Amino acid sequence: MATETTSALGSDLGLTPDDLIEMYTLMAITRAVDERMWILNRAGKIPFVISGQGHEGAQVAIAYGLRKGHDWMVPYYRSVASLITFGMSPREIMLAQFARGVDPSSGGRQMPGHYGIADRNILSVSSPVATQVLHATGIAYAAKLRKTGQVAITYLGEGSSNQGDFHEALNFAGIHKLPVIFVVENNGYAISVPMSLQSAVEDIAVRGAGYGMPGVICDGVDVLACYRAGRDAIERARSGEGPTLIEAKVTRMTAHSSDDQQTKYRSADELESEKGRDPLPRFRDQLREAGILDEAAEARILEESRKVVEDSTDWAEAQVDPDPATAQLHVYADAPPARMDDPLWRSERFMGDGGPLRDESGS
Amino acid sequence: MAVMTLIESIRETLREEMRRDEAIIVLGEDVGKKGGVFLATDGLFDEFGGDRVLDTPLTESMIIGASIGAAVNGLRPVPEIQFADFIMPAFNQIVSEAARMRYRSNGAFTCPITIRAPYGGGVHGALYHSQSVEAFFAHVPGLKVVIPSTPHDARGLLRSSIRDDDPVLFFEHKKMYRSVRGEVPDGDYTVPLGEAKVVHEGSGVTVVGYGLMVQYALEAAELLEADGASVEVVDVRTLRPLDGETILSSVRKTGKCVVVYEDNRFGGYGAEIAAMIAEEAFDDLDGPVMRVTGPDVPGVPYNHALEEWFMPSPDRIADAVRRLVEY
Repeated sequence: MATETTSALGSDLGLTPDDLIEMYTLMAITRAVDERMWILNRAGKIPFVISGQGHEGAQVAIAYGLRKGHDWMVPYYRSVASLITFGMSPREIMLAQFARGVDPSSGGRQMPGHYGIADRNILSVSSPVATQVLHATGIAYAAKLRKTGQVAITYLGEGSSNQGDFHEALNFAGIHKLPVIFVVENNGYAISVPMSLQSAVEDIAVRGAGYGMPGVICDGVDVLACYRAGRDAIERARSGEGPTLIEAKVTRMTAHSSDDQQTKYRSADELESEKGRDPLPRFRDQLREAGILDEAAEARILEESRKVVEDSTDWAEAQVDPDPATAQLHVYADAPPARMDDPLWRSERFMGDGGPLRDESGS
Repeated sequence: MAVMTLIESIRETLREEMRRDEAIIVLGEDVGKKGGVFLATDGLFDEFGGDRVLDTPLTESMIIGASIGAAVNGLRPVPEIQFADFIMPAFNQIVSEAARMRYRSNGAFTCPITIRAPYGGGVHGALYHSQSVEAFFAHVPGLKVVIPSTPHDARGLLRSSIRDDDPVLFFEHKKMYRSVRGEVPDGDYTVPLGEAKVVHEGSGVTVVGYGLMVQYALEAAELLEADGASVEVVDVRTLRPLDGETILSSVRKTGKCVVVYEDNRFGGYGAEIAAMIAEEAFDDLDGPVMRVTGPDVPGVPYNHALEEWFMPSPDRIADAVRRLVEY
């Protein structure tokens, strides 16, 4: 009986035991990287952290069926696990934390959490929320028009799903049956504002009906259910059937960001009980029970996670800061900026290199 | 060489560019079968089909946001905002996203979109069909802002804008669509972005403007020359990047300058030109830099008497020049 159960786990979804181990490994590595970010912040090495502890199960599972380097990912600031699943390396994630010059996301220009890598079809993240949902829709429109066979997937929180851009994007995607997947990671809070004050309906997924697309709910601690939701949505998009709205019910295990104190608005009881909604031990137990994850494998994954974290942290920290002389590059395609339109040109004229104004001020 | 109205020039340019490059799409409200409320895209739907000439829902943020995404994935969108007045819901997409995509990704992502929008008053459009919005966007590094004043320039500048790898706002004065005609050469010429032009030579006073105000400045110059004054008119053409040298060399020659813009006076785009002249050509000035502008009320009022009160006119420009000549 036990053996039958073992061989069955995930097989109805076409997942092999190796797939399941890989998914668990991606979750474990992401968690380890994420925890290190907070330690680095508390140690005063990086000024800001925003991350996705509690979201990893849904993120890895939903993205697992995408085609890396072909499909498009339009992430948000909690998408660490999605990005690692889609091919961004932990070193690249860490470069963004340290904002080093070789950081592929922004060369140190953006706050940590604002990822993006052009050569891997990962669009640059900004801070205004839900703007990216329209970008994914436009990417999908181009994919459809150019017949590239690409699927675009985008992510946002349930708080962002109240923005007008969310409505405008789903409306347009529904009209044109675009190959796009909208993933709302519902962790119950928009920073401090609970779901009850964000939405008159309990499930964001029901909004899909208003845009002519399926709205699918999956439980973020049920990794295989999340994989099924992602896989079905990818198939639907790839075959021209149109967009899907997925709502993953997840938990936010950390404060909103390193600048937030969530005990001010979440009770100790709530935070304690939410620990039971951590997808990592739940998936680990599931794999153990199915006989897929034995002690040796677990130890190996733990060791690999530890190594990855050490390597990515040490390597990224050792990279140099961006050169201030590069800060005016990439405003426009043509560089340097036109002479008269360049503010530095004027200040140079009047102040020179430590010119008269600076001398007079005594500095 | 054909004689065209401004709208014909824009329409034919869109048609030719779409024939040249199949990555170009046009999208906006009523741009498809109807051909746009001003008919700027008339006939494009029939030639290129609904996938490339796309009627969108009434969602300005989507029109720009989806254009940004489409541009990232290989298209070259030319979205139309039906009236510049209605661009505000897309402000966040333009300023926070399109303008910053290149900078925030350290040059990895580009955003080649050309946002066309009719602007300006004088057509009984009242508060919400008459606005000048160029100052909002010219303020933002990462955006280019273009305003043509002739069918010839509209064609050359629109070509340059569509082929440019940065986001461009291309504002067309709606009063000029059918009232201004001019010769438009055949062939694939362009007018480079970032080049102003002396459109009328003179020696006494420089008048700087763009869009409809250039036409008014030329009319003013004629009025004044009948009185013996000599006026030089500079057409800014590209508000950003600004060709300061052409303006400054004219001002250095004449020593006097009137800046004209239809937008509200306070903080309008022409204020930047006035500041530049004060910074860069102070020693050459023989009088204060003056401005002829719209008044500081929240919009262009509807009734014809009120609208005339709002709009800068050739007479008002001529009055300002006369005062400056006498200074």
